[in-house]
Amino acid sequence: MTLRIALRALARNKLRAFLTMLGIIIGVGAVIAMVAIGEGAKATIRSQIASLGTNVLVVLPGTLTQGGVRGGSGGVNTLVDGDAKAMMREIPSVAFASPVLRRPEQIVAGNLNWGTLATGVAPEFQQIRDWQVAEGRFIHEGDVESASKVVVIGQTVVTNLFGNDDPIDAVIRIRNIPFRVVGVLAPKGQTSQGTDQDDTVIIPYTTMQKRLLRITWVQSISVSAISAERVPEAQEQIAALLRQRHRIGPDREDDFTIRNLSDIAEAASTSARVMAVLLGSVAGISLLVGGIGIMNIMLVSVTERTHEIGIRMAVGARSRDIMLQFLVEAVVMAATGGGIGILLGIGTSEVLKLWANWPTLVSPSIVAVAFLFSGAVGVFFGFYPAKKASTLDPIDALRYE
Amino acid sequence: MSELIRVENVHKVYRMGDVEVPALRGVNVVIERGEFVAIMGSSGSGKSTFMNILGCLDRPTSGKYFLESEEVGSLSRNEWAHIRNQRIGFVFQGFNLLARTSAVENVELPMMYNGNLGKQRHERALEVLALVGLGNRVDHLPNQLSGGQQQRVAIARALVNRPSLILADEPTGNLDSTTSGEIMALFQQLNVEQGMTIILVTHEPDIAAHARRQIHFKDGLVISDHLNDAVTGRLEPQVK
Repeated sequence: MTLRIALRALARNKLRAFLTMLGIIIGVGAVIAMVAIGEGAKATIRSQIASLGTNVLVVLPGTLTQGGVRGGSGGVNTLVDGDAKAMMREIPSVAFASPVLRRPEQIVAGNLNWGTLATGVAPEFQQIRDWQVAEGRFIHEGDVESASKVVVIGQTVVTNLFGNDDPIDAVIRIRNIPFRVVGVLAPKGQTSQGTDQDDTVIIPYTTMQKRLLRITWVQSISVSAISAERVPEAQEQIAALLRQRHRIGPDREDDFTIRNLSDIAEAASTSARVMAVLLGSVAGISLLVGGIGIMNIMLVSVTERTHEIGIRMAVGARSRDIMLQFLVEAVVMAATGGGIGILLGIGTSEVLKLWANWPTLVSPSIVAVAFLFSGAVGVFFGFYPAKKASTLDPIDALRYE
Repeated sequence: MSELIRVENVHKVYRMGDVEVPALRGVNVVIERGEFVAIMGSSGSGKSTFMNILGCLDRPTSGKYFLESEEVGSLSRNEWAHIRNQRIGFVFQGFNLLARTSAVENVELPMMYNGNLGKQRHERALEVLALVGLGNRVDHLPNQLSGGQQQRVAIARALVNRPSLILADEPTGNLDSTTSGEIMALFQQLNVEQGMTIILVTHEPDIAAHARRQIHFKDGLVISDHLNDAVTGRLEPQVK
């Protein structure tokens, strides 16, 4: 019944109710749109940073110290493909792990040849490096199991060996062994050190081990953690796992080293945190301002409707009835404003996405928070005006005009 | 006739800063069920304060007020609200209808505070509007009605919860003399046909002349209390 009275009162003053709600509508709408823009930007930045490989770890064999002579990285041959598989199987913070073997090779295709880097990897390497295939396919599990003679070639290699011809299903020779081209990698450009990442050919690591290098160990393992934040955790767990697998006693040095791009990862998570705090505080302030707007108009409304309150009291409304009426009005306005604001915010972010091409992302959690908060704003800022209305003296209220 | 109202030695003192202003200085009045009483006096005589106390809107500083043999002067605000809702119908000089609210909704208003269901409420409101002669204007807004019609809506609102008492504070103060006559005729009709107890505050002798009993206030005291010969056909002053 109180809800009905409140709705009637609001319906009777549609313009005022709308104007009162406008503060919350704009506040909530702005918050939703702004957070959507922020989240979109954050997701873009995150994916850009991720493509740099901030969540990537590289496990290298350690040094072998013999008679005081330390052999440098890669001096021991203890790292095997089983280590990579164990990491994926046993460490939750590890997303993908792939053995990596590299050697410069001379590649022959028809009457052309080209010196490039042969890289032996597992299929997971594609996810670790986030490397798309422009044409054909990447190597898959079956290729690894059967040590197939298939190859995926980089753009630079395509340019130099095939020109404008289609390289798919062509045969190239590495050390006189024929490999069938199954895919072409998307261009990735140069690294910050000036290395051309596209100047490579990728083959299954088993093929590399058996046919090219004739070794059983792997030169390194590339690992991706499930997020940049969990890189340190992954690093610790990988170290523990490898010490156990390689049976390294507690007083012995590691026979491997783990490297990561933690500086960039830290910078990324710091900037994400700063952005979240910034957006959160601006969102909070705008909702607070909306709430103060509601309180302001409710106070005006109580004063303006003093006479109505007097009439209601004279015909038998208790303090509680009056209090509830104004409180429900405030909450209804705030919640309705919040609802409209959410639609407005989502609409705005969609329009920005469609017309301005901004990568916006409306997160359901912020929608829920904004709605609940606007309801809470109604209760909080409606309470004082409602209390004020309910304690009016009926005689004074009736006389007021 | 049984006793409806008994006011015993009621004093009311207003405090304006450090100054105490006495509004009522020991008032004793007894009103029976079914009476039609006019309360008269100039402004400042205490008649409005007396009405506020009768209407459970204001508290006596001292003295007792019995409504239907129950001492109500010292009850809480919420208990007063319930009494105003159930046992007292108010009619004001300024009509005091909710603006932008139809006649029938205005009449329904008191029933919204005693838990009446929507349909019953609506039917009862229509019934009372018909009783005051506004059966064909139920959906009009107050500003679409004449002063007399607005006052009829207010009377319907006062009657809707079947109160034991109607308190009318200068009900014709904003009306012209013809309309005033019609409203007073309606009050008389309610008094005679329904047996409704009506207490009317006015300073106009010709309005008070419609009542069967007249109580005069001056300086916070009852200075005369007598039956109206023009209405009752008797002249028996009852000075207390």
